[in-house]
Amino acid sequence: MSIFISKSSRVIVQGMTGSEGTKHTRRMLASGTVIVGGVTPGKGGQVIDIDGHKLPVFNTVAEAIAATKADVSVVFVPPKFAKAAVVDAIDAALPLVVVITEGIPVHDTAAFFAYAQSKGTTRIVGPNCPGLITPGQCNVGIIPADITGPGPIGLVSKSGTLTYQMMYELRDIGFSTAVGIGGDPIIGTTHIDCLRAFQDDPDTTAIVMIGEIGGDAEERAAAFISEYVTKPVVGYVAGFTAPEGKTMGHAGAIVSGSSGTAQGKKDALEAAGVQVGKTPSETAALMRALLNR
Amino acid sequence: MDLFEYQARDLFEKHGVPVLAGAVATTPDEAHAAALAIGGKVVVKAQVKVGGRGKAGGVKLAIDAADAREKAAAILGMDIKGHVVGKVMIAQAAPIEAEYYLAILLDRSNRTFLVMASVAGGMDIEQVARETPEKLAKVPVNSNHGISKLEALKIIQGAQFPADIAEQVADTLVLIWKVFVDEDATLVEINPLVKTSDGRIIALDGKVTLDDNAGFRHLDHEALVDQSATNPLEALAKAKDLNYVKLDGEVGIIGNGAGLVMSTLDVVAYAGEKFGGVKPANFLDIGGGASAQVMADGLSIILGDKDVKSVFVNVFGGITSCDAVANGIVQALEMLGEKATKPIVVRLDGNNVIEGRAILNRAAHPLIQQLDTMDGAAARAAELAAK
Repeated sequence: MSIFISKSSRVIVQGMTGSEGTKHTRRMLASGTVIVGGVTPGKGGQVIDIDGHKLPVFNTVAEAIAATKADVSVVFVPPKFAKAAVVDAIDAALPLVVVITEGIPVHDTAAFFAYAQSKGTTRIVGPNCPGLITPGQCNVGIIPADITGPGPIGLVSKSGTLTYQMMYELRDIGFSTAVGIGGDPIIGTTHIDCLRAFQDDPDTTAIVMIGEIGGDAEERAAAFISEYVTKPVVGYVAGFTAPEGKTMGHAGAIVSGSSGTAQGKKDALEAAGVQVGKTPSETAALMRALLNR
Repeated sequence: MDLFEYQARDLFEKHGVPVLAGAVATTPDEAHAAALAIGGKVVVKAQVKVGGRGKAGGVKLAIDAADAREKAAAILGMDIKGHVVGKVMIAQAAPIEAEYYLAILLDRSNRTFLVMASVAGGMDIEQVARETPEKLAKVPVNSNHGISKLEALKIIQGAQFPADIAEQVADTLVLIWKVFVDEDATLVEINPLVKTSDGRIIALDGKVTLDDNAGFRHLDHEALVDQSATNPLEALAKAKDLNYVKLDGEVGIIGNGAGLVMSTLDVVAYAGEKFGGVKPANFLDIGGGASAQVMADGLSIILGDKDVKSVFVNVFGGITSCDAVANGIVQALEMLGEKATKPIVVRLDGNNVIEGRAILNRAAHPLIQQLDTMDGAAARAAELAAK
């Protein structure tokens, strides 16, 4: 088991014919992901050969589903066209849409997120995220597949590189699924969604949760852990030294007045019984201690 | 991007939100001319992106243009909570009968937009929310539906606005929704929204935050950037397309990925506690690619910061491979030549790390020190900065 994706996932790539799309399709295929086609409006009917895989291109997600039984899409479409791409996937009732694109206007994200909520048939991961990986089974996005293999740890993180770093620190133990949920102010899948799924996943025995400054997602996650999660959770929060009012790389990473601080998030997690590391390495060490590894 | 009050006023006017006559001035003479053009009594208001300017003496009533010149001379150059006043707005004065609050903002917690309306205007809204939450109406708005006149009226009535002005306030709400959507704002706030003694509803002071990600469809927003407040190193970085924030410490930081760089700052500050409180000098995310040119651009900006005593390059090779990063560092140091004078601590991990480390070892550059772990490298960089 795993969460959200597995070896039976059938993946289409929206924006596969663009340079980023092609590059990452190649990497996903190399890690064993079942890619069944791509979607680029206006290029339907073409067949793209990527390392010997002949991948059909469709004009719409609905056409792609009809022809390939796809159930997951990964979006590499540039910010300007990302909203249309995601809306296309929601219209086709695709169960999972993973939006890698960085720099989407928040009004566009708010619109497609509200639309997905109203339809109730599509889960969105991201935007501005590295995607997710179930090692050895399926890799949807840009997380390097060779850092580590399958194992009992579930990982949820706002940050891509901290996801990689944590997978690397615990590479000898391995992961059930690692989800990069993204650093934008509005994201489709939250820490809470992943914590719930990991709690319910029999193959996950412990959870690492990585947060960063901005918003109150970590505080809400802490409250959720208190009431729902019985599996051990360790946490890490980035951005203690970030000044107020400055955006730190991710569009959502900003301390506004006294809200969204790293200290506030750490305090909330600790109050919920989560051990929080001061550095990524210390966090990994806390996980090792919990697992006796 | 947060706008100045006068920029918010101009945006309001563009979209038909009722405002009073106003103009911006950077000198007492300009203030005089603006006050003459407006005529009568005016208010001289410091333009700073921080609250509490009224209490600090940054807002003054002037009885005529000559008085406006004097008041402007007193306010320009004033320091309000660390913000030096470089501009004043000269605004028409109006007799105020009542003050209200009206705003639309991005509600991150609920992943939607939110209207906030209150009859307790003119005060700090966070204080109203804390002390008298019953006086603050909060209504979520679905971005795909927007706000019709009828819905606006319901919100305003629900917020207990007096019946005689509810219509006008609802019209204003519909108009600021238009500002919010058409300008890709994440905050449009009017505080106070006033009722004048002749019964008009006017946006007297406004705050607007625009979404930087939407810049591609608002080329006019570029002109709203306050160049005078931008740190010169930040301006240089922006011109090179680098994601850089100047901080006040001594250890220059280069890393890949926003989360890892934020974490690097924290780990350096944590390690610095043992070395006299040494802190990170900046945030710099060079992103995934990290070519030699990007590394050279990043290093030259950091080495141009006179506060920097040591540099910490912290890269986890995910997509990018460590040998490319190592080559980038070596080539960057060749490009910089004698301009590179500070010790550089490098920690490489991840994709192709063995080759990456070998490249740096072979280069044997006198400024470069390699360490295997992030915590160890942070401690070394802090130690070098403390010397």
